[in-house]
Amino acid sequence: MKIAEREVRYVAELANLDLSEAEVHKFQADLDEILGHVERLNEIDTTGIEPMAQVLYAAHYAVNDTATLRDDRARPPLGTDVALANAPQSGEGYFKVPKVIER
Amino acid sequence: MEIRPLTISQIRDGLLARRFSAVELAQETLRFAEAQNPATNAYLLFSPERALAAAARVDEQIARGDDPGPLAGVPVAVKDVILTKGVRTTCASKLLAEYVPPYDATAIVRLEEAGGVILGKTNCDEFAMGSSNENSAFGPVRNPLAPDRVPGGSSGGSAAAVAQGTAAVALGSDTGGSIRQPASFCGVVGVTPTYGRVSRYGLTAFASSLDHIGPLARTVRDAAVLLQTIAGRDPLDATSADAPVPDYTQSMDGNVQGLKLGLPREYLKDLTSETGDLIEAGVATLRRLGCEVREIGLPATDYAIACYYVIATAEASSNLARYDGVRYTFRSPDSGTLSGMYRHTRGEGFGAECKRRIMLGTYVLSAGYYDAYYLKAQKVRALIARDFARAFAEVDAIVAPVSPFPAFKLGEKIDDPLAMYLSDIYTITGSLAGIPCMSVPCGKTAEGLPVGMQILARHFDEPTMFRLADAFERAQAN
Repeated sequence: MKIAEREVRYVAELANLDLSEAEVHKFQADLDEILGHVERLNEIDTTGIEPMAQVLYAAHYAVNDTATLRDDRARPPLGTDVALANAPQSGEGYFKVPKVIER
Repeated sequence: MEIRPLTISQIRDGLLARRFSAVELAQETLRFAEAQNPATNAYLLFSPERALAAAARVDEQIARGDDPGPLAGVPVAVKDVILTKGVRTTCASKLLAEYVPPYDATAIVRLEEAGGVILGKTNCDEFAMGSSNENSAFGPVRNPLAPDRVPGGSSGGSAAAVAQGTAAVALGSDTGGSIRQPASFCGVVGVTPTYGRVSRYGLTAFASSLDHIGPLARTVRDAAVLLQTIAGRDPLDATSADAPVPDYTQSMDGNVQGLKLGLPREYLKDLTSETGDLIEAGVATLRRLGCEVREIGLPATDYAIACYYVIATAEASSNLARYDGVRYTFRSPDSGTLSGMYRHTRGEGFGAECKRRIMLGTYVLSAGYYDAYYLKAQKVRALIARDFARAFAEVDAIVAPVSPFPAFKLGEKIDDPLAMYLSDIYTITGSLAGIPCMSVPCGKTAEGLPVGMQILARHFDEPTMFRLADAFERAQAN
């Protein structure tokens, strides 16, 4: 087993995902199979290879880190009403959420 | 009035000759698309108001004698992961079933400025995660050429709409093959441009270092014209490239004499026999056109699926963290406390594939596993990119299959996630390297299922890719 049931529950907690018992068992089996395949990454020698996080540097395109940043100029934001329009609950110009401090 | 299926240039000619108006074309295509939709479920939503307003603007421009733009009156379908201001954008997820974006994606702004007419939003796998379009919260899409089969994914609705003639062209998105594979399964042209060629502003993020917007069309020329209008630097996306956009149609002169093509031996191992035969016949056609074809090696290919499903899920687990019940329409009714709201909203809102990828991505990024999985995968990604760089020192383009097999049956792979992931083998490598790649129709199996040939080129060398695809398409037509 690459991944224990305990680990599946822990990862679900990290990801803020409420899983049913059936899902815990299904994902344990699925992740186990997928991680079994992913294991093959260990077969390939990557000594001295820089990790690649971004494509355009590899393409020798960007000459420096800030070349693609836009000018730092203020522009009008969306506005509170527009930004809140898709909120499930809002009021007084804010997103509303359930009680944060639990007793 | 019989006005479909038309190409972009036929639509332009028809409009300028006053044979039909853009409004008539939009109305007729919408009528046809709405009538056909129950057969495929390709569209999730039609946007007639927006379409008719855009078409009316084109008609006014023509009446005034102004140039109506390169996409004048062209009916476009848009994958439902691309934001359209005021038009519901669901990402085929229960979580965003009611989400109405407050702004347009840059690609949307540009295609409408060019005269394009957006008919509606197309079905896809939830948050673009899938290879069959079966992961949509709003039901699967059926392949218009074989209704018991999948259209491919994740841009299945866009490919089906173009194949069915319910749109002239479409926008899709591609992270590991989500434009090319459905294009191949539905017998249309699909293009994944160089990473950074098209702004991702307003494309719902799945895996930011791999996400692309690209065109689907019935001809190579139409795909090139659509890409032309949406490509180019956008200050709203720092990863959009500040490189000039060449005139793509100008490169399509039919002359591929002496072009050096690579055929990667790693891509020819696991094909079903009919796909292999069709690709072989396609390569023979390219040789007849004067291309020099040689075998090449891309040795890191065997590690590509493992590499991709670590990187893509890691990025996805981070990108999808924003769907927490606070900002985006859906909140679980079972939200007594803040942490309960997060867990229940996400548990109820995401479908099985999204949850699986969030779990995998969270796992590979978690303490103790980061180096072994994520960092290792990033190094392997560099090796895959190096494979291509070495190959392109010898050849001008690479030709390969898009998928090991043609469209499979609905339900055939949905219970076996690893088998589904493995089917992406030939498209994922190009995505990881960020090079331009496309699918162009390469014939049909005895059963009538389309097979696509993939063409891959150097970063920003879409002109060579289009030149080859166009010459191949012409040869196939003869």
